[in-house]
Amino acid sequence: MIFLSHNRNSLGEAAALARGRIAPNIYDTIAFAMLVALLVLLAHGAAGMRAPSTLLTTSPVTLGLANLPDYALRTTLRMFAAIIVSLIFTFTVATLAAKSRRAEMVIIPVLDILQSVPVLGFLTFTVTFFMGLFPGSQLGAECAAIFAIFTSQAWNMAFSFYQSLRTVPGDLDEVSRGFGLSAWQRFWRLEAPFAAPGLVWNTMMSMSGGWFFVVASEAITVGNTTVQLPGIGSWLALAIDKQDFKAVAWAVLAMGVLILLYDQLLFRPVVAWADKFRFEQTAGQEKPRSWVYDILRRARLLRTVGLPIAWLWQRAMLLRLGRRTPPATTVASRRFSRLLDFAWLGLVLLVALWGGIETVLYLGQTLGWNDVIEAFSGGLLTLLRVIVLIAVASVIWVPIGVWIGLRPAVAERVQPLAQFLAAFPANVLFPFAVIAIVATGASPGIWLSPLMVLGTQWYILFNVIAGASAFPSDLKEAARVFKIRSWSWWKNVMLPGIFPYYITGALTASGGSWNASIVAELASWGNTRLEAFGLGSYIAKATEAGDFPRVILGIAVMSLFVTLFNRTLWRPLYVFAERRMRLD
Amino acid sequence: MNQAVITKALPLVEVHGVCQTYDKGSAGKLVVLDQVGLTLVSGEIVGLLGRSGSGKSTLLRSIAGLIRPSEGAIAFEGKAVSGTPDGIAMVFQSFALFPWLTVLQNVELGLEAQGVSPAERRKRALSAIDLIGLDGFENAYPKELSGGMRQRVGLARALVVHPKVLLMDEPFSALDVLTAETLRTDLLDLWSEGRMPIESILMVTHNIEEAVLMCDRVLIFSSNPGRVVAELRIDLPQPRNRLDPAFRALVEDIYARMTARKEPGSPPRDGVFPGTGIAMVLPRVSTNLLAGLIEAVAAPPYNGHADLPPLAASLQLEIDDLFPIAETLQLLRFAEFAEGDIRLTPAGKRFAESEVDARKQLFAQQLATYVPLAGHIRRVLDERANHKAPARRFRDELEDHMSEGYADQTVRAVISWARYAEYFAYDEESDLFTLDNPT
Repeated sequence: MIFLSHNRNSLGEAAALARGRIAPNIYDTIAFAMLVALLVLLAHGAAGMRAPSTLLTTSPVTLGLANLPDYALRTTLRMFAAIIVSLIFTFTVATLAAKSRRAEMVIIPVLDILQSVPVLGFLTFTVTFFMGLFPGSQLGAECAAIFAIFTSQAWNMAFSFYQSLRTVPGDLDEVSRGFGLSAWQRFWRLEAPFAAPGLVWNTMMSMSGGWFFVVASEAITVGNTTVQLPGIGSWLALAIDKQDFKAVAWAVLAMGVLILLYDQLLFRPVVAWADKFRFEQTAGQEKPRSWVYDILRRARLLRTVGLPIAWLWQRAMLLRLGRRTPPATTVASRRFSRLLDFAWLGLVLLVALWGGIETVLYLGQTLGWNDVIEAFSGGLLTLLRVIVLIAVASVIWVPIGVWIGLRPAVAERVQPLAQFLAAFPANVLFPFAVIAIVATGASPGIWLSPLMVLGTQWYILFNVIAGASAFPSDLKEAARVFKIRSWSWWKNVMLPGIFPYYITGALTASGGSWNASIVAELASWGNTRLEAFGLGSYIAKATEAGDFPRVILGIAVMSLFVTLFNRTLWRPLYVFAERRMRLD
Repeated sequence: MNQAVITKALPLVEVHGVCQTYDKGSAGKLVVLDQVGLTLVSGEIVGLLGRSGSGKSTLLRSIAGLIRPSEGAIAFEGKAVSGTPDGIAMVFQSFALFPWLTVLQNVELGLEAQGVSPAERRKRALSAIDLIGLDGFENAYPKELSGGMRQRVGLARALVVHPKVLLMDEPFSALDVLTAETLRTDLLDLWSEGRMPIESILMVTHNIEEAVLMCDRVLIFSSNPGRVVAELRIDLPQPRNRLDPAFRALVEDIYARMTARKEPGSPPRDGVFPGTGIAMVLPRVSTNLLAGLIEAVAAPPYNGHADLPPLAASLQLEIDDLFPIAETLQLLRFAEFAEGDIRLTPAGKRFAESEVDARKQLFAQQLATYVPLAGHIRRVLDERANHKAPARRFRDELEDHMSEGYADQTVRAVISWARYAEYFAYDEESDLFTLDNPT
């Protein structure tokens, strides 16, 4: 899914993209088969490369307070490395998908499935794979962590960019062609700026989501390999292991400071800057603001420093890389290219078929139907948890969000807080819940579940706030004039008004909850282990045991559940919201 | 000296036998332009006048090299157009400004594409901005400007690359009346004083008065398919006066030519719209507009018979708005529409005099008799036991004869008319036609 930067236009575009993609089609099946096959290949490779477990013993993570700033920095650097990789991925793969029809046929369904794949499940292979790639150095583990963050960030960014490239306004396209802009000039003058607001918003949301995964991927055990990269995540894992409550509190504090800095120094300035690329010819909407951006813009020193860069930029714009975009092709050549399309599709199908067979054979060696049944029943239970939790979170946050959104003064203060909370990695807070459950002796099957929405519920809140804030004042006034109150007001006025926003929030929250289940359903405090039966704990246990076939099975089943859940519930709701409840 | 005379005599743009067709799949081809020819010489403003769908914008884009025509030849300065030629620039109806670039950067864009150095670029851009009256707005972003100012940026951006030919695609139609007039006058002043670096202007318009006001020559296009049906030379001296009787006569003449009955020998057709029978492409015209026009024509001073230019002026409708309404009335036999006149039929007069319910009944009758698709849907609904039919079915049926877009438009048109006439009902959620109107 694509995150929407809360303007009404982008809602429509995203829905247009989603509309065609409700029913799972042949492409989805192909994409699915290819991905699972890829996992199998990775597992094969990784098993051969399994490295000795004594890798990182030279500089073990310690709970010395003096180390914490350094750890925080390392964690942040990992985030930036991942976001840069994600951006490179976005610029290349999404551009390829937008420019080449044949690449598009493969890339888009694959991306669509990939965003449903539980990122944390990947870790099993990637850790062993990358450590095999760089034996004896920390680089392998670093790469695995960065890769994990990357897989949590890249898909929606690529989708957003692809969608923007496909919806470049026709008249601007004609101007660029009319003036004969080269592909290079066209990219920087037309396509990149047009895509900027969506991409920036998605990048920032991806980074917010990424903190969760950086914490989860720094300390990981696969079979007999234990990796602890210096960072807040490892600090936290160690603190849990040693039952050091104070150290956990320090980790929470450090994370809070980190997210605050990220929010103020990066998120807000960048969003405020990207606002100028918004494709609207009218002025006077509320603009995102950032004090850092204002300072930077006014700083004279910076402008002086920027001058040579600006000069270089101008020179770069004069480069004429790539050819001019040719006018539309003729009918005859189109017919030939359609033949090529079929050949290409056939090839893709063959690869997918081969991959599917390989997968079944590989899994069939070690797993029986019992495992499949176990994974599926776990999946059903996790599904139940996700549904109940999203429902509970909605009942709580929708009224509160509406109340806040209708009061601009309150919303202005609460909205940043909600965005902050959404970025805060909830897994840092898990130990507190685990301590509480252990102390009270409550059933983990029930009480571990709320952890799944701990971090993701804020998406519902801040989307609902945004929806209520944007609710047209004439409709509010009409409701008041006709004395529409209580349930009728909710049913006929407010709920339909915020519905598209709510769906966006709930969709994000539900996706995040599936991912979180891998961490939340199996939690520990020192030697105490709490486990809730479900697909998340199934994958987590298989990961710990280094049991590749079970991990693959778990990931495949979870991807299937998420994909079907999205297709049968969220997408239709999304399209419905777009068609019937759009206010413009 | 001699050299200059020779180049002057050479045509700038030559268009020969250009056809533009789009593949419609099984139903053959949709012809947008049919054997169009045109010559543009130095020192003239030529107007392409026609309804929407007459392919005039397509022709303009073919000359600009944005579209490659299916057949025919286009030459610029004697050389066949391939790609986008450097001596041609274009102004857009929607202005087509880059919202993330300032006025100055927008104007510099074309020079940047040519690889002109930044200093030279700035100099030329500033002089173009100066020429077009945008001084002081250099650092503004388009969204801060009014429509008129935006189109000035569009003009400056086109002029700064020193084109020989300026193409304008309905440049003033997105502007309010007053702004459009100011911009037209300013442009004509610059043109007549020779202060613009261009040799010729080719403009697309559907505003008849605009064409007569600005052009030295007007080509009138028919629609479906687009053909040049007439060419008029306008020799009135500039500046022209809209109230001048000669000016009015020209406007009247063009109206008559544009509503002329098909010349004998052309294939017989069911009506004014392309296609026959149920496969007729219908325009989406609201029943409010239909009733409004009937009432306006029935009322004094017209009393059932109106001359189009004054009617269009008093209703503030341009031909692109007025013609589809009038033609729909003609299709429903509420009015006759020809030779620049519109005349109500007895049915039309009865409609004007009736109350709401009687109007609906009358409308339903005309719909059943004269709109084959409406009658066809109703018959299918009557035949079925549950009186329900999916709209998809009729859309598919139409798509055998027309493009998907036209099929959708036609079905929507029929839905809105049938809903008004309570002839049959439609449920959007289930995409079903039904006979039950909520009571």
